[in-house]
Amino acid sequence: MNRLFYIVAGLMMTGMSSFARTIKVGKQQQARTIGQALSIASPGDTIRVESGIYREKNIVIDKPVVLLGIDYPVLDGEHKYEIISVKANNVTIKGFRIENTGVSSLEDIAAVKIYSCRNVTVSENIFKDTFFGIYSQSSANCLFENNKLTASAKTEQASGNGIHCWKSDSLRIIGNTITGHRDGVYFEFVTNSVIWRNDSHNNMRYGLHFMFSNNDAYISNIFRNNGAGVSVMFTHGVKMFNNYFEENWGDAAYGIFLKEISDSYIIGNKFLRNTSGIFMEGASRVRVEKNEFKDNGWAMKIQASSMDNVITNNNFLGNTFDVGTNGTLVMNTFDHNYWDKYEGYDLNRDNIGDVPFRPVSLYSMIVEKNPPAMMLYRSFMTTLLDKSEKILPTLTPENLKDNFPLMKPLHL
Amino acid sequence: MKKITKYVLTDILRNKIIIGYTIFLLLISMSLFNLEDSSSKGLLSLLNIVLIIVPLVSVIFSTIYIYNSAEFIELLVSQPLKRKQLWGSLFTGLAGSLAFSFFIGIGIPVLLFAASATGYIMIAMGLLLTVIFVAIAMFAAVIARDKAKGIGLAIFLWLYFSLLFDGLVLFVLFQFQDYPLEKFMIVASALNPIDLSRIMVLLKMDTSALMGYTGAVFRDFFGTNTGFIIAILILFSWIVALFWWSLRKFIRKDL
Repeated sequence: MNRLFYIVAGLMMTGMSSFARTIKVGKQQQARTIGQALSIASPGDTIRVESGIYREKNIVIDKPVVLLGIDYPVLDGEHKYEIISVKANNVTIKGFRIENTGVSSLEDIAAVKIYSCRNVTVSENIFKDTFFGIYSQSSANCLFENNKLTASAKTEQASGNGIHCWKSDSLRIIGNTITGHRDGVYFEFVTNSVIWRNDSHNNMRYGLHFMFSNNDAYISNIFRNNGAGVSVMFTHGVKMFNNYFEENWGDAAYGIFLKEISDSYIIGNKFLRNTSGIFMEGASRVRVEKNEFKDNGWAMKIQASSMDNVITNNNFLGNTFDVGTNGTLVMNTFDHNYWDKYEGYDLNRDNIGDVPFRPVSLYSMIVEKNPPAMMLYRSFMTTLLDKSEKILPTLTPENLKDNFPLMKPLHL
Repeated sequence: MKKITKYVLTDILRNKIIIGYTIFLLLISMSLFNLEDSSSKGLLSLLNIVLIIVPLVSVIFSTIYIYNSAEFIELLVSQPLKRKQLWGSLFTGLAGSLAFSFFIGIGIPVLLFAASATGYIMIAMGLLLTVIFVAIAMFAAVIARDKAKGIGLAIFLWLYFSLLFDGLVLFVLFQFQDYPLEKFMIVASALNPIDLSRIMVLLKMDTSALMGYTGAVFRDFFGTNTGFIIAILILFSWIVALFWWSLRKFIRKDL
């Protein structure tokens, strides 16, 4: 009986949705502006916007409609306004070119701002010179897909984030390209969300900025050449799989900066040509596995405040320093990695070196304590110090070693 | 002057040690490039040769050569020749032939296997270091009359520039680590030609590691075109100053 009720109800619903109209917006159409179309639309309608330039100040969407752009109509905010404000559930915004929002240091003006809604889709739009691009505030179950966000940030104060999510849940952020913003993607108090296949490069500050956001995953993204790389802080249960972290250069730039992270996974990522690949501070129970660290200044910097992390089955290739640390207390394990600096032997040919490898060199400890000592890098003096330290470790942490170093690099 | 320079040059180029030195460099650089899987790794290993072996050979060979040609120098001084010309042509001959064998031994393999900006800088730095250490050798040879003392002084100067100086810098860094020392480091690097040329090569080579704060300071200073020119000028002034000093000593020396 119950099931029959659901079937009938379902049929009625599909029947109802077929009554939804299509409203066209354009110079020769019934509605001249999007605002007009919205005022006559009823829930479930589709509004098709033809190409042209629309300067409508602030467009408020307060009913569930589909806003569809044909040939990328331009929504221009004239450097003054928030362009689209979404205040209803089940809204779709697709195929627009959204330009020139206002810039404010008091309000977070966005090109598309979602106010406490569910099931909002923003896809295939082009955002140009926006303060904030897509802004989700206390929303849930939204999808931001295949958007292109380009801004030309000059200073951190006068620029906003590409995709900014605050206090949201179950978001899907897929296939967006974000460049020239302050932070590419910004997460604060966002849970159960996925960031997948995005390309975040050349942003002022972070490619991805991530705080108090538990149980999220970011997978197969590219973070390249951002001012400070990627930062993940005060969070547990983050999954970071198969991302690329490349060319984040600078004293405070990191492939990933981890602060107060626990119970998380960093698996299958590539860290290429960063000043520091991973920086860990207060991280615990993080599993770092099957990553490739190549041509970085420091592959990993692990502060002594980190514990119970497992670093295993990674490749360390061509890094200036493999591991740096600031203390002698080590409560992490480093077994079963491949280190290209390993000079040991393997008598029984089981592909595991017979002597442990110590990835922290004396010189890296010196530089950690006294950064100007970088001037002596690769000098005869430091080579001698490193060699003598390798034979008789006195200053480098005794326990920071790989007991089972691999003889051959893993295929990653 | 030309005639003496030519004589010195041909004399040195026929010298067995110089031929051996050239072949040794050539063998090392060829085998390094063939053994290492990437040319940048080969360059890295060559860097140690350029910074340690090349100055050592230049300084020792030149000192010994000057002492061995003491009779030749005395003979020429008795002729109507200016001492300035004589000393100048000895310097040109020594520097020219050692630089030539460096160029054959390391320059050509680098050009063949790693013709990049790093490679070019390394060749330039190797040539300049060769000439600087010839000047150091002549300085040592003119100061000490005794051959053993002179060679000892030359080796000590080499040791100072390649090892002791860095140790002193490290000592100063730790004694004054509460102070901002970046500017001091730039000045310190100018006080040692080996350090300066190492930094110039590394700025082209290990960009990410040197991009830390100190790296950024170095990069801002030496990484720009003006900084590069300043570094080259500093290296040249090492040559000029050392040679001028040894020349002054030589002119007044009672042979």
